[in-house]
Amino acid sequence: MYKYDEIDQTLVDERVAQYRDQTKRYLAGELSDEEFRPLRLQNGLYIQRHAPMLRIAVPYGMLSSKQLHKLADIASQYDKAYGHFSTRQNMQLNWPLLEDVPDILAELAKVEMHAIQTSGNCIRNITTDQFAGVAPDEVVDPRAMAEVMRQWSTFHPEFALLPRKFKIAVSGTKQDRAIVQAHDIGMEFYLDAQQQLAIKVWVGGGLGRTPILGTVIREHLEWQHALTYCEAIVRVYNLHGRRDNAYKARIKILVKALGLDEFKRQVEEEWAHLKDAPNTITERELARVAQHFEPMPYEALAQHDASYDAAIASNPAFAAWAKRSLHAHKMPGYRAVTLSLKTHGQAPGDATSEQMHTVADLAAQYSFGELRVSHEQNLILADVKLSDAFALWEKARAQGLASPNIGLLTDIICCPGGDFCSLANAKSIPIAQAIQMQFDNLDYLHDIGELELNISGCMNACGHHHIGHIGILGIDKDGSEWYQVTLGGSQGNQASIGTVIGPSFSAEEMPQVVEKLISVYLTERNGEERFIDTVRRLGIAPFKAHVYADKNAAKAEGIA
Amino acid sequence: MSHLITLQADVAKITEDAWQFVALPPSQQEVRKQAGKVVLFKLTGEQTVTPEQIAGTLIPANGKVLVPLTVFIARKTQLQARLDQKEVGVWLDTHESLTDLNQAQADLNALPIIAVHVERFADGRIFSLGSLLRSRYGFKNELRAVGDVLRDQLFFLKRSGFNSFAMRTDRSAAEAIASLNDFSRPYQGAVDEARPAFRRYNR
Ligand code: HEM
Ligand code: SF4
Repeated sequence: MYKYDEIDQTLVDERVAQYRDQTKRYLAGELSDEEFRPLRLQNGLYIQRHAPMLRIAVPYGMLSSKQLHKLADIASQYDKAYGHFSTRQNMQLNWPLLEDVPDILAELAKVEMHAIQTSGNCIRNITTDQFAGVAPDEVVDPRAMAEVMRQWSTFHPEFALLPRKFKIAVSGTKQDRAIVQAHDIGMEFYLDAQQQLAIKVWVGGGLGRTPILGTVIREHLEWQHALTYCEAIVRVYNLHGRRDNAYKARIKILVKALGLDEFKRQVEEEWAHLKDAPNTITERELARVAQHFEPMPYEALAQHDASYDAAIASNPAFAAWAKRSLHAHKMPGYRAVTLSLKTHGQAPGDATSEQMHTVADLAAQYSFGELRVSHEQNLILADVKLSDAFALWEKARAQGLASPNIGLLTDIICCPGGDFCSLANAKSIPIAQAIQMQFDNLDYLHDIGELELNISGCMNACGHHHIGHIGILGIDKDGSEWYQVTLGGSQGNQASIGTVIGPSFSAEEMPQVVEKLISVYLTERNGEERFIDTVRRLGIAPFKAHVYADKNAAKAEGIA
Repeated sequence: MSHLITLQADVAKITEDAWQFVALPPSQQEVRKQAGKVVLFKLTGEQTVTPEQIAGTLIPANGKVLVPLTVFIARKTQLQARLDQKEVGVWLDTHESLTDLNQAQADLNALPIIAVHVERFADGRIFSLGSLLRSRYGFKNELRAVGDVLRDQLFFLKRSGFNSFAMRTDRSAAEAIASLNDFSRPYQGAVDEARPAFRRYNR
């Protein structure tokens, strides 16, 4: 993974000093709350329900063992010994003290980490596929370009105070796993007819209050121009994006208001001036960064491993886990392994310091000392030998990191919601936990098969509920907590926004509602059909009918 | 004491202000509200200055004057002689357009100073306006940030081409100078240094 040189290190060190001074001035009353706000936000510090929340950047989801050990130590020393991995591949601490943040940043800088631009109205952490570099369907490893873009966006002077946050995702696979269509800018890398690295550029996607999938603004962009083209897009947005209304301030609203053609015309006009400017990426720079993402020193292994096959045959619990948690790898005899942060009954995406230390050790022992955070809020060891899988499983299981539920209904994506977040309409974690307990029977869970369930505690959609096969959104009705359900959302190449099935439910009803949706699917599915495909084939009507049947019956009785 | 920081050959100093800032008279228009809240930021291209305000703007008879863009456009003939003496500069708001400025004044370098007024520090349009003035319009003279100009934006303003900063007067300008150099080796090319780190250094 990328290693800092002196330039990178100086920058994060200077950031620590700058932020220490800003905090000092704030505490001394020399900065007002309003003035300090964007400064702390651009350093990932929110003021939340109980305490500030600090979001630490994990660029494109990559972590080293050393870094994860450090995160675990920081969580122990400055927080309640746990952290939350987010859908944007970052890590959040829920209880740090504002006064301690400069020291936390200094600790992070020691392991080449920071919290720069993890919040606020600026270009945020760039996200990508958690299987980057090892996925068999990968055409281009997107990480070198992601790192080049990370550096470009870090303290970009022109884009320091945008109308609203700005999120970029990059992807280099046939099957998109980075949700490029749900980002302000999505960059899809591919090899063009000349076998040159090229980019398909998406713009104007975003969830939140007004969920919109992005559109393609340019089918073919030579990689050298990635930065200047982004500059043209962000400049048009910076100048013309709405600042008078925070809910209309994302780039998606500007693109809709102008229409893609006019927006594109303005961008291309800007770009005509910016093209070939010094920010044009050089071969040499891409090569310099790419050498940090060279393939690992893999051993030459056979496709199969006898000890692994034997363990699968003799140990059903291991086999169930392996079925869900092992993912195909470019190299024979290797697998990417997902460690589940979705143990039933635990807050999705949370990991204790002890668990973090364990994962860091496992990564060191079995996966070249590196790991990734997925936007599904799990941790991935990308390069595990089949022959090590069993030992890894035993150790992970002892720490509650081996729930065999990856990609299944209980692998819930969930925002912190009302337990932590001051913007929440409703709690989300207890809903996730109740659903997990409802579907605690493993055979049943595996029978239901692949399913994505996403929960957000409010319209801001931090839990990506719009693109969940089943999406749950917390809403506020007369001061009490209710939940609206959507069906048919999806990430990936066929990304889609879910449809609301009808009136909302109370928290107590939610596990049963999900149970009913599942029962319709189980009766209606054709063979191996996945939940989402059944929803697409049948539409929401039969689901809706079943879920509201009792309610309607009750109503009818009431009238009679 | 002056609150003006100027950069000359990369050295920052507190200097006396030679320019008289000409403000528009208050408008009679009502404050625009949305959901009960005052609208904080005006939209780019929005017409916010009335003909009465333009006509009613008092321009001091002598000395160097920094006049609002709308006044400059409407009353340019009146100002022409002083413009030729290099005694007229123009300031614009972040929602005003550089095209309008350029149409009124084809050779921007005839202006000894252009200022961008930022009503609220969080309005990042000022950075794009500075960048465009320098890189697109080739403006070479003094480029000043005025209004809600605070220390923590100085580094970005400098990198966006500003070389003079009228700091908010309730804060120390002398202390703010330090923030012009918050970062010594920025990554990306910008106005002050066009080459990104990967072209400047042998990384
Ligand atoms: C607890 C503190 C948090 C606060 C106050 C917060 C606030 C917000 C707000 C206001 C938005 C909407 C912005 C907009 O639509 O323009 C948003 C979007 C988002 N948040 Fe959070 N968030 C928090 C935690 C999280 C966490 C823990 C995650 C990851 C699990 C997350 C992931 C996201 C994502 C992915 C979006 C983007 C949705 C989109 O594309 O518009 N946030 N957040
Ligand atoms: S979706 Fe709403 S409740 Fe959940 S973290 Fe985001 S802002 Fe908070």
